[in-house]
Amino acid sequence: MNPLSRLNKFFGKLPVHFAVILMCLLWVIPTLGLFVTSFRPREAVLTGGWWTVFLPQPQAVGQPEYTKYCSSCHGANGKAIASADLSNPSVVNQYQSAASLLIMLREPINGQPHLLNPTLPSTPKDALNTLTPVLTYLQTLSGQKQASSQFTLNNYVDAIVGYKGTTDYLPDCQNKVPSTLAVMNCNASDILNPAGIGAAFINTFIVVIPATLFPIIFAALAAYAFAWLDFKGRQWIFALLIGLQIVPLQMALVPIAQLYVQLGMQSTFLGIWLFHTGFGLPYAIYLMRNFIGSLPREIFESAYLDGANHWAAFRRLALPLAMPAIASLGIYQFLWVWNDFLVAKIFLTTHPVLTVQIQNLIDPLGRNWNILTGAAFLSFIIPMVVFIAFQRYFVRGLLAGSVKG
Amino acid sequence: MVPKIMKQGRLAPWLYLLPSLILMTIFIVYPTFATIRLSLLDAHSVNSAATTCQPGQPCWGIFENYRYALTNPEMLAALRNNALWILLMVPGTIIGALFFALLADRVPYENLAKSIIFMPMAISFVGASVIWRFVYDFRSSGPQIGILNGIITAFGGQPVAWLSAPIINNFCLMLVGVWLWAGFCMTILSAAIKGVPAEILEAARVDGANEFQVFGNILLPSIMPTIVVVTTTMTIIILKVFDVVYVMTGGYFDTEVIANRMFELIVTNAGQSTAIAVVLIVLTIPIMIFNVQRFRREEAAR
Repeated sequence: MNPLSRLNKFFGKLPVHFAVILMCLLWVIPTLGLFVTSFRPREAVLTGGWWTVFLPQPQAVGQPEYTKYCSSCHGANGKAIASADLSNPSVVNQYQSAASLLIMLREPINGQPHLLNPTLPSTPKDALNTLTPVLTYLQTLSGQKQASSQFTLNNYVDAIVGYKGTTDYLPDCQNKVPSTLAVMNCNASDILNPAGIGAAFINTFIVVIPATLFPIIFAALAAYAFAWLDFKGRQWIFALLIGLQIVPLQMALVPIAQLYVQLGMQSTFLGIWLFHTGFGLPYAIYLMRNFIGSLPREIFESAYLDGANHWAAFRRLALPLAMPAIASLGIYQFLWVWNDFLVAKIFLTTHPVLTVQIQNLIDPLGRNWNILTGAAFLSFIIPMVVFIAFQRYFVRGLLAGSVKG
Repeated sequence: MVPKIMKQGRLAPWLYLLPSLILMTIFIVYPTFATIRLSLLDAHSVNSAATTCQPGQPCWGIFENYRYALTNPEMLAALRNNALWILLMVPGTIIGALFFALLADRVPYENLAKSIIFMPMAISFVGASVIWRFVYDFRSSGPQIGILNGIITAFGGQPVAWLSAPIINNFCLMLVGVWLWAGFCMTILSAAIKGVPAEILEAARVDGANEFQVFGNILLPSIMPTIVVVTTTMTIIILKVFDVVYVMTGGYFDTEVIANRMFELIVTNAGQSTAIAVVLIVLTIPIMIFNVQRFRREEAAR
């Protein structure tokens, strides 16, 4: 292919590239907005759109005035003259007001006026108005005034400990605000505050791990029986199972909730494990049976001729060979349970999982976006990692034809 | 078929099946029948639903809860909205996904592009709803912090209350649905497109067919079975759509859907709640029969 036709081909494809990239951008922007917001201070979130962080930033208070009058001698960082280091707090502290600064500036230095070019406005009022922002900027320079940073991790901290106030947890704890001390311990134990995302994280893990392992184990057993054991009604039961895949889990909510109340199992981890297992099984068995059933028959026959029984064939042959299917299933079920909201909302009210906790944090008037964005991203970390690491298996699990309740 | 030489006890298969069969019986089979029974009882599952009839009001006797599920204005709105989702959002998602799969097939960064579209499937619907609530954020005064209203006001327009203005809000919710499920549809459709032999497409091109003819006459018919599967799957998913609506609008402002009505009534009225669940499964039965038939055909073709 000569360079010209290659170039031609590239430009011929330009509309395709444009459409694909545009669609990808549209898909990313909503998430990007939440991600950027999760690192912004709470005042900034409510006073300006997240996209403004990509625009040129306005200068700090007093910086233009400082640049005009002072930086030619003291330098942009205030350190140019060692005997008058403006970034040194003890130097700046001598001037508590613009007036005291003005008095000092009116005195000549080395026989010359302090400010020659440009000179301060001559009327005292105008001079003070000019010096007030300069003083503020000097205080910022010397580190006495917190320069309000554009980004912060406070949202994540607030989300983890579940601090829903109109201020941030860390500064409030540092300043020993009484209303904060009344509800928080201000030590590491706050990570497990039941209202926070930290506790919800742990609850989610407790729910997810058994709810992923149980269906895999039970489904592997059942799938082996459907594939390699002979029994009456095999086809018939399997057909029924295909049908069960489509029963919406809404069908089970009220009867199972009533059953759990009778058994004293409402809001227990066991209850939600069993519910997820029951509803995960039809699809899990279907997928595993198709996989285990498609393994070559000869290996099972020769194993049997070598004296293996079914249990050995299941454990030593079927299970290891079915690992790709188990991986697909495991990731699928893991993400399903991790992201589930409805079942956890009904069957695990006293131990909120991540999704339920995030929904609890939503404010209809949108006043607490900062904590909500942090909470949402904390809940995304694990599924994102799992998804990126095992994308192939997850897609395979989906492609196997899922119509899950 | 099972190899005949592998002997087994008569009981052995049932030991393998027992844990699964017991759990599925308790959690799927029993509740299905229990739900049908409860749907004929009153709010607290004590008396017949007929006892809840009010004098002078229409009454469906023991099927009184179904009168609610099928004629109450709230439920009619929910049924209408679910129908809207199925008629607009499902085809929209599938057409968009198909379009993207076809385009992505032609660029070198196909896998990255597909991962980006698929990513929303990895996160929770609650999390996705938070993302989109922020996109749709509306302030009656002051600076807008939602990007949609930010763009509108930047061009001098009036901000829109996306989630509380009727009609618009339904489309806004559906857009979230498209964002969520397009990756799922796209992945399945893309696999089908790649399954069409390249020689057939190339032969058509050599014979002088343009890209639209190749798509309409060869590609589309070849992947039609997959499109049908995706459509039925999406229809079932959308019949049960819940999280997105519950988190974004709570079903208020005329955005109610069936599954949300069912959820709202679980605690207060078990009878009406289960009647809605039965309506839900009756709506999925045609699709279920279709899928079982498809399975039978696949088994026969093995």
